[in-house]
Amino acid sequence: MCQTCGCAMKPDVPASVVEVFQNLLADNDRMAVHNRAHFDAHGVLAINLMSSPGAGKTALLEATIAALKSRYRIAVIEGDLETDNDAARIRAQGVPALQITTGTVCHLDAALVHRALHELPLAGIDLLFIENVGNLVCPAGFDLGQHRNVTLLSVTEGDDKPAKYPVIFRASDLVVLSKIDLLGVIDDFQPARAAAALRALGRDTPMICTAARRTLSIDAWLEWLDHELSDRAPVYRPLARHALMQRAGA
Amino acid sequence: MSVCQALLAQVARIAQDRGATAVKRISIELGPLCGVDAGQLEAAFAVMRRGGLAAGAELAIASVGVRVACAACGKESEATPNRLICAACGAYRTRLMAGDELRLMQVELRMPEPRAALPA
Repeated sequence: MCQTCGCAMKPDVPASVVEVFQNLLADNDRMAVHNRAHFDAHGVLAINLMSSPGAGKTALLEATIAALKSRYRIAVIEGDLETDNDAARIRAQGVPALQITTGTVCHLDAALVHRALHELPLAGIDLLFIENVGNLVCPAGFDLGQHRNVTLLSVTEGDDKPAKYPVIFRASDLVVLSKIDLLGVIDDFQPARAAAALRALGRDTPMICTAARRTLSIDAWLEWLDHELSDRAPVYRPLARHALMQRAGA
Repeated sequence: MSVCQALLAQVARIAQDRGATAVKRISIELGPLCGVDAGQLEAAFAVMRRGGLAAGAELAIASVGVRVACAACGKESEATPNRLICAACGAYRTRLMAGDELRLMQVELRMPEPRAALPA
């Protein structure tokens, strides 16, 4: 008999097998649903902004706030391992920003966002950006309660990123190419290749181009935001784990 | 690591609710699109289970294949994590039927020995 599970012990000691069929992230998902209900109750559109470190999330938010703050009331929740540099940059734009420092955790989760919301009154907010920790792997798996997932891909990264990181790109409602003003000096990034890799993930996810520093080109992004905000009561359609759906229907 | 924490918390709850003395075996199902790597979960488990009810538990991970249903022709076909196109008609819009599972399937518990029945 094997030694690892202890089944070599007395055979008359009862063992109990419990069938579970539960999502490992059920607790997180439950908290995310709670967060989403909180957003819905206040008419807030919540956007989870993800990318690898340095792709330009904060820069895009700075440009977005400058363009939209006269029309929409915006707030930002920032997620980083350390420092509140990003929240400070956002506050300098004149909108509320709350910094979550995770320490060692490489992604935000629903509990962290829930705690942050205790310090960020949502009454009087139209649009909340949650800037996730820079990471193309872990954030994808954690529902925060957002309505939309937006992933940035900078042209200084590889154009095969959607193929290399299918989970996060498949989970995205919009992919934003950033730093497109650098395309002229970069040899090996082809937007068409990135679009093809994204298309192969089976969701027809739109991809738009932006530049947010020396050249400012964010019209397509602002248009997308306008469209999402005009809905006012955005319906969140999660990529439901099919197993749970099957279980519910069984 | 957060996922391992969530796993151990769920298992501990189940074990405590049933008055188990230990957890013998944990069976989970992991799809390639769930965002969690099996090897990393195993490594985290080996460390994080120490000192708890699952300290001596075996972790069994079953992997699942990727399967999609086509939005155009309705057929189901096998796919790969980064190529979720319909194998039947080549359409680029599909629904994921299998492959993103991150499920706790079964927990095997050690229960305390039943007390001997009192004589009638």
